[in-house]
Amino acid sequence: MLYIPGNNPAMIQQGGVYGADSILLDLEDAVALNQKDAARTLVRNMINVIDFYDAEVCVRVNHLSTPFGLADLEAIVPLQPSAIRYPKTESGEEVAELLKIIEQIEDRHGLPHNKMTLHAMIETAMGVQNVFDIASKFDRVDAITIGGQDLTADMNIVYTPDGAGIDFARKRIVMAAKASHIDVIDTVFPDVNDEEGLRRETEYAKRIGFTGKAVINPRQIEIIHDVYTPTDEEVRKAYRIVKEFKINSAAGIGVFAIDGKMIDAPIVTRAEYILRLANVTVG
Amino acid sequence: MKPKIAAQSGTFESSDVIFLIEPRPDNSGRKLEISSTVMQQFGANFNRIIVEMLDQYDMTDIHLIAKDKGALEPTIKARFETAIKRSLDEQEGTLK
Repeated sequence: MLYIPGNNPAMIQQGGVYGADSILLDLEDAVALNQKDAARTLVRNMINVIDFYDAEVCVRVNHLSTPFGLADLEAIVPLQPSAIRYPKTESGEEVAELLKIIEQIEDRHGLPHNKMTLHAMIETAMGVQNVFDIASKFDRVDAITIGGQDLTADMNIVYTPDGAGIDFARKRIVMAAKASHIDVIDTVFPDVNDEEGLRRETEYAKRIGFTGKAVINPRQIEIIHDVYTPTDEEVRKAYRIVKEFKINSAAGIGVFAIDGKMIDAPIVTRAEYILRLANVTVG
Repeated sequence: MKPKIAAQSGTFESSDVIFLIEPRPDNSGRKLEISSTVMQQFGANFNRIIVEMLDQYDMTDIHLIAKDKGALEPTIKARFETAIKRSLDEQEGTLK
């Protein structure tokens, strides 16, 4: 997911060419307080005109407690991007209130309530505490994300490359997402010159369950894709597992072995996930 | 209609356009100063968009300076709308 400042026309119009799976047009932290109106109008004009190719297009609006949040929703919701990303989400009640406002805007424009989804950003200690409510109670919330910089600020700690201060939050957020069967996106890696650090952090995020990672510079996309794309060996192995599973299932056998290793339902599920990532089907 | 106050929007960056707007005395008409790095190729289109937008907002007594660095039409229209609303003191959801 590539963050693009909402007040930068050059970056918006080029946003689709870098191969990111998702584009985030940012009206929040990337926009100066006295340019919120300019960014909102620019994003509103650009979002359905610019070709972002196959990327999912999301807009991060300002929080409703600011003077900008409601104006953002009034401008962006009628355009129905793939998702609205809501910052500093702290409770299920807050999500309910946000969805009520979104649906009122959709009603005024004759729009359905089931097209555009909501990504909730968890960026405060309170949000981390309430994350399961946020992730599980609303059909329209189809992803949650962690905002590392704001979270460390809220916790009065310094963000360190090893991510020690936010490790508990990361794992709690991942678990809430997994329990709710929704996506979970890791925070940005702020040092664009540290490619090894980015790779290490992305590998860690993948290992603990994040389904993707946000980036602030197109240079970071390739490394993240490299980490998240299954290797040829992983795909071959997954293919063999799923194929054998189908053969054995047809014969009424639930558990079987490949090369002496037991294959049961969880391993098949993981293999199917790898094949989905690789866009491979077993005939 | 005329601007209430002087206002600006946009930047001098590539693919952007900057508008500066100020009120003129009543019945003095429009004064437009338009320049673009792509004037030779797209100047006619740029001028057309500005005149259309001025007509849309019924702006008469206005001094408008536009410096374009190759902005696309949606950018030109967004920057123009922002400048006009700021000049009418109508902008919502921002800090002045």
